[in-house]
Amino acid sequence: MSPLTIIFLLPLLTALVLALIPRNFRFSIRGLALLAGLVSMLIAVHAFCKFDGQASPSGFRFEERHAWAPGAGISYHVGADGLNLGLILMGAVVLFAALCVSWRIHTREKEYYILLLLMGGGILGAFASLDLFFFYILHELALVPAFILIGVWGVGKDKNYAAYQITLYLSLGALLVLAGLLAVYLQMPGASRTFDIVELTRYFSAHPMQSGAEHWIFPLLLIGFGILVSLYPFHTWAPLGYGTAPTGAAMIHAGVLKKFGLYGLLRIALPLMPDEAQRWALIIAALGLGNVVLCGAVAMRQRELNMLLGNSSVAHVGFAFLGIASMSLIGFTGAVVVMVAHGFLAALNYALSGYLREELKTLDMDQMGGLLSRLPFIGTVMIMAMMAACGLPGFAGFFGETLVFFGSWHRSEVVTVLAIWGALIVAGVYMLRAIRSIWHGDKQWPGLSDVTNPWRRLPYGLLLAALLVFGCFPRLLTDNIKASVTPVARLMGEEIAGGGSVLKVYGLNSFSPRHPVEDNASGAAVPGGPHR
Amino acid sequence: MNPAMLSLELAVIGLALAVLLIDLWTLHEFKHRLGYLAAAGLLVILVASLCCASTGEPPATGFSGMFVQDGLALFFKRIFLAAGVLVVLMGVEFRDRIPMGLGEFFTIILMELAGMMFAASANDFVMVYVAMEMMSVSFYILISFQRSRSYSLEAGVKYLILSALSAGLLVFGIALIFGTSGRTNFAVVAAEGTRLAQNKLFCLGALLVLLGLAFKISAVPMQMWAPDVYQGAPTPVTAFLAIGSKAAGFVLVLRVLFVAAPALALHWGKLFTWAAALTILYGNLCAIPQRSLKRLLGYSSIANAGYILLGVAALNPPGSVAVLYYLAGYAFTLAVIFIVLCLVARDSDDIAVLAGLNRRSPLLALALTLGMISLAGIPPLAGFFGKLLLFKAVLEQAAVHRSYLWLALVAIAGVVISYYYYFGVIRAVYWSEEGPEMTPIAVSAPLKVSMGVCIAAMFYLGLCPDAVLSAAAKAVQALRF
Repeated sequence: MSPLTIIFLLPLLTALVLALIPRNFRFSIRGLALLAGLVSMLIAVHAFCKFDGQASPSGFRFEERHAWAPGAGISYHVGADGLNLGLILMGAVVLFAALCVSWRIHTREKEYYILLLLMGGGILGAFASLDLFFFYILHELALVPAFILIGVWGVGKDKNYAAYQITLYLSLGALLVLAGLLAVYLQMPGASRTFDIVELTRYFSAHPMQSGAEHWIFPLLLIGFGILVSLYPFHTWAPLGYGTAPTGAAMIHAGVLKKFGLYGLLRIALPLMPDEAQRWALIIAALGLGNVVLCGAVAMRQRELNMLLGNSSVAHVGFAFLGIASMSLIGFTGAVVVMVAHGFLAALNYALSGYLREELKTLDMDQMGGLLSRLPFIGTVMIMAMMAACGLPGFAGFFGETLVFFGSWHRSEVVTVLAIWGALIVAGVYMLRAIRSIWHGDKQWPGLSDVTNPWRRLPYGLLLAALLVFGCFPRLLTDNIKASVTPVARLMGEEIAGGGSVLKVYGLNSFSPRHPVEDNASGAAVPGGPHR
Repeated sequence: MNPAMLSLELAVIGLALAVLLIDLWTLHEFKHRLGYLAAAGLLVILVASLCCASTGEPPATGFSGMFVQDGLALFFKRIFLAAGVLVVLMGVEFRDRIPMGLGEFFTIILMELAGMMFAASANDFVMVYVAMEMMSVSFYILISFQRSRSYSLEAGVKYLILSALSAGLLVFGIALIFGTSGRTNFAVVAAEGTRLAQNKLFCLGALLVLLGLAFKISAVPMQMWAPDVYQGAPTPVTAFLAIGSKAAGFVLVLRVLFVAAPALALHWGKLFTWAAALTILYGNLCAIPQRSLKRLLGYSSIANAGYILLGVAALNPPGSVAVLYYLAGYAFTLAVIFIVLCLVARDSDDIAVLAGLNRRSPLLALALTLGMISLAGIPPLAGFFGKLLLFKAVLEQAAVHRSYLWLALVAIAGVVISYYYYFGVIRAVYWSEEGPEMTPIAVSAPLKVSMGVCIAAMFYLGLCPDAVLSAAAKAVQALRF
């Protein structure tokens, strides 16, 4: 059995087992849920360490394949490559952390853990799945749990509105995606129709889609996936939904679930319709810029911490879109790094703000101030997380954003300059202002308690460590990602030769001073394929 | 002529007569056991139809070609029999709200079931009419069975008047078809299809027949009755209306269109596209403000008729397969919802009765939630895979006619709207203001088992579609496109 199967099936099966335990066995319920999350995370870490992209001809490792419903072209097929491996690792870590920080939930614990596990296990399965049917249904598994989690355990007077808004918005996106995926499936000739992503990719690289169909299929997928990732202007569900959701649900939703749309674009929409993607590239870039600049500007005006984090999280998605819009190896690699980094970051931020919400009973930044002296641990971690959110080097996000800017420079200098401005100035302004008004100042807070128990510190430490590890050793991610997005970049007309790091391909050797600049001439392609 | 062809129908009618007779010697307090008898009998017939009865291969016709036993007929008969078992069990649960005549209640349900089974096998316009009337007359009685409740009587009268109107349209249509073709048999009419399709009177006749059938499936423009009647009728009868009557209507639509008038169907794609789009929008938009659960399900049933019409409008074999698959999943989904309503909505069916259901009975809360999820078409349940097949059929046609793309988008809009009210029910179950009534709800063992079977069937149809899909694909071989 593939480790990927265990990673996502374990939380789902644990949810079923929890349903059978009487509700007053609180300790066992929480213990079992945590155990499932921990084992799933450890297996994900193990799989990540063992991964080597060159092992299999199809490019996928840990593959497992069974016939499921051959009549409908559905098979059970999981596998990992550089594109989804980092996301699976990130998802498993975030799921475990989300289960850990939920120790304050005391009402209807049983249902809470069942729903959280369903949500987390489902999205892990969606990332692992190489069959469109399971890819889709495992993602949709989160829809109802998110609705109930926000409705029952949500905070704030707007929670009913937020629950409906997030559900209706996301279901609209999901249905558009479904229509697009079905249309792709129907483009294959009758007898050989399959939902298998690997076979679809192989078929469409040999027989490009007949012009006409792709003109409406690509926009369907772009808008559908775009709604799921809160692409500007379909982003309004995100800040309020995350702001009212209980901490654990916000972490999984903002950290992991949201990456599904970006992953779908990179895994399905771009490889299957490369020409159409090229045509839409500038529009994608412009919309991504809308995320970065406009949502960043909106974040500047927020006085409520969760709304600020929500808008900042929407703004970060813009970088991933810019990376995708660059239609180049370096941009794709950057986009995936941004996705992984932002997953850890958003989860960490919501975990911390959830702690503040429980302690202070408010997240209004005007009423905060001077908290650092009472909450040294939470404060330190949060300041680091907020600095990571404005792209401080040393955290994983910085590296992803840098790669994205390298890539998107060739697509459009103006867009890139504006985006860099949005990333450095706008994000810097709102994050630094938030740090000042929350942590500094001379307000006194008697009666607040910091996290002192090392077990309780574990989830925050884990997420922060992940950000730092991938920030200091980005090649852990980029080498695998590069190998997996190279075929996609080739489809976009880019000529890529040579191995080594993603920067070396572009002759950027700043991270490896042993190679002088003339290394460039030795066959590595100059940035910019024929389309530039 | 071969009476063995009728064995399933004869068995059901025999069972109905047996229940009627045994009722004479049954004491009042034991009458509900007649329901268990009827359910057990139907279960035996269902199992027999699954194992022993002819597979419908090759299709057999009898009674001068009026009656056909093929894969399509058997597929629907199995749905009807399964629905019958569940409805009778609901009736047993409902017994305290039926003042008198419990034995007759079960008998008429069985008669109704026989009517539906005849409809599934109809191969002649006269047979269509007879089966429709057999169903309608039984429903007139069943809907107003709670004689002391004015709602029930009102619903009965409403159904009587509108059903009579639709029957009139149907007969008029059949008369026009007979007048222009000289025949009523589907096969004979189809043989002259290309010539008759030029005849305006024949087209009008076919249109009127379809209008009569639109009443049964509660599609626009014959949808007005559904919410009122669903609300007023006793809950088990509402369930049977929603599951059985709709499925019977659809099998007749498929037969009339794709057996009797395939030449005509080709030109009527636009008609069905409009009917489907309007039905979807009407049902979903009107359901939004509803507070009464049965009324809500009435509008939801209109919306679902619209979704199923997508499969008819696609005018291709995958579309008809989707219709069959969707109806199979729809039967189990609605059965589980109506079982919960039978138990919970005793005095009123306002959505407020669901308050605190999660505490009163987690099992019922889970069952209702899963039912709503499946009805909304959210994976991994039966409703999702049915909608997936319907969308697939429509998109397949969109490759030829771009207008079908708009139909798909309208359907998507409808599905998103429907999430609002389906999730409203889920919300009422899990976090509405808790009502005064917070006592646990006792669920009888047969109903527990039936809910378990329905939930298992919803998951099975949602996740492992292969077996039923191939059965449906075989069944639609009876149709021509």
